[in-house]
Amino acid sequence: MYKAVVMGMSAGGMHALQTILPALPRSFPLPIAIVQHLSPHYDSYLAEYLDRISSISVKEAEDKEPLQRGTVYLAPPNYHLLVEPDQTFSLSVDARVNYCCPSIDVLFESASDVFEEALIGVVLTGANADGSCGLKIIKARGGLTIVQNPATAESPYMPRAALDAASADYVVDIGSIAPLFRRLSQPQSRREHGCSVNC
Amino acid sequence: MMHMPSPVHEAEKMEIDRLLTGIRDRYGYDFTHYSWASLKRRIDRVCDHMHAASYTALLDKLFYDDRLFDEFLKHMSITVTEMFRDPPVYLAIREKIVPLLKTFPFVKIWHAGCATGEEAYSMAILLHEEGFLGRARLYATDFNKHSLDKAGEGIYPAKNSELFAANYHAAGGKGNFSDYYSASYERVKFKDYLKEHITFSYHNLVTDGVFGEMNLICCRNVLIYFDKILQNRVLTQLAESLRHGGFLCLGNKETLNFTAVKELFEPVDPRQRIYKKSGASHV
Ligand SMILES: C[S@@+](CC[C@H](N)C(=O)[O-])C[C@H]1O[C@@H](n2cnc3c(N)ncnc32)[C@H](O)[C@@H]1O
Repeated sequence: MYKAVVMGMSAGGMHALQTILPALPRSFPLPIAIVQHLSPHYDSYLAEYLDRISSISVKEAEDKEPLQRGTVYLAPPNYHLLVEPDQTFSLSVDARVNYCCPSIDVLFESASDVFEEALIGVVLTGANADGSCGLKIIKARGGLTIVQNPATAESPYMPRAALDAASADYVVDIGSIAPLFRRLSQPQSRREHGCSVNC
Repeated sequence: MMHMPSPVHEAEKMEIDRLLTGIRDRYGYDFTHYSWASLKRRIDRVCDHMHAASYTALLDKLFYDDRLFDEFLKHMSITVTEMFRDPPVYLAIREKIVPLLKTFPFVKIWHAGCATGEEAYSMAILLHEEGFLGRARLYATDFNKHSLDKAGEGIYPAKNSELFAANYHAAGGKGNFSDYYSASYERVKFKDYLKEHITFSYHNLVTDGVFGEMNLICCRNVLIYFDKILQNRVLTQLAESLRHGGFLCLGNKETLNFTAVKELFEPVDPRQRIYKKSGASHV
C-alpha cells in the first residue's frame, strides 16, 4: 500500500496541475507533495487558486506541518521542501537567483528516505532535468515511478530526462494521471511490476 | 507477523546520531535537534567532499583535526541571504515598527543568524533613511565565523547589485541604493557609517543563551533548520532577550503558531511574520 505521492514539474506545469488536481476526489487517501518551478510571482496565490478549482484540498506546505491524506501540498517559492522521518515537512532556503529552488530532486530524495517502497514519484512536463536523480532513487528503493509521456507533454525535456535516468513503471498522457492515482491508491491495488516482497 | 524493517534506515540514523553527539562532546556544537532531512543532505555532501566513506569515518577525521572541523562547520550552515530579502517585510518594519521604536531614546536590535550580514546592512540603511540610525545599535550574530568575517568586511559581489537595488526600492527605499556603497571592480563595499552602528559577533543560538534587552529581534530563516523541540527552546530564549513590548520578526515561512511561546506574543503583521511581545512579562 502506498503512503505518499511526490510530483515535480516546471514549464507547462500550471496546465498539468489544472488537469490533475480537480480530477481527484476529496477523500483521496494519500498526501501529495508537489514542487513546481513556476514564476515566483505566483507566490501563495497559486495554492489558493488550485484549492478553489479542486475538491481535494490544496495548500502551501508549512514548516513542520504533518503530511495528511487527502491534501495536496505545494512547495513555497524559493524554499526547498523536504520530508522529515516523522512525516512532517521542513523547509530550507536557497538562493533566489539560482532557479532550481525549490528543487524536485531534494523533495524526491528526502521523501524516498522516509517512505521507501511506499512512495509514488511522478515527473511531468518541464524544461530542465531536475527530478531525474530523485526519480532514480525512488525507483532504486522500490517505489513506483510515473513519467508523463514526453511526446504529448507541453515541454518534453524534463520527462525525457527522467526516462533517461530511471525506468518508469508508467508512461502516460496527462489526462490519465488522475485516474491512475485513483487506481493505485485503492487499498486492494497490487503492484503489477517490480515484484515487491510485500505483495 | 514478520518484523518489518523501520522506514528510515535505522542503522544509518544511529550512525549519524553518533556523529552528532561525538561532535557535540568534542567541539560543543550541537546539531542533534536540527531538522533531519536537510542536515543529512549537508552531512552527505561533507562526506563526499572529505572523502569519508561513512559517518563513522567522518567522525574519526573530525575528532582530532580542528581545522577540518572548521571546514565541516562551513558546510553545516546555509548562508544564502540577500539585501532587503522579502522587501514587504522591510516596508512593514519601516511603516509599522520604526515609528514605535522612535519613542525610545535608544534602541537595540539583534539579527540572530545574520549569515554574511546583508540583513544588518539593510536595517542600517533603513534606519539611516528614517533618521534613526544614530540612536540604534545593531547586534548581528551567527555561529559561522567565516560568514561573520565577510559580514564585518561588508564587501559583496557586484553582480547582485541589481537584484539588491530592486529589493531596496520595493522595500520603500527613499534614495539611490548605490549611494550606500562604493564600487570597485567586481565588488561593492558598504559605507563605514553604516557599519559603525553594527556589532558583529559570534553567538550560537543552541548553546549560548539570552542576549540582552532588545527592542527588535530579527531571526529570519534560521528556525526552519531546527526541529520543533529546538524551535521552542530557541524561541523561548528570543522571548527572554526581548524587552516587554519588543518586536520579533521571523522568516516569511516561519510562524509562532503551534509553538510554545505563542501566548507571549501578539501579531503585529502576521503576513510579514512580525510579532510583539505582550503576554505575561515573566517568561
Ligand atoms: C539562511 S541563513 C539566514 C540569513 C538571514 N537571516 C536571512 O534571512 O537572509 C541561516 C543562518 O543561520 C545560521 N545558524 C544556523 N544555526 C545557528 C545557530 N545554532 N546559531 C547561530 N546561527 C545559526 C547559519 O550559520 C546561517 O548563517
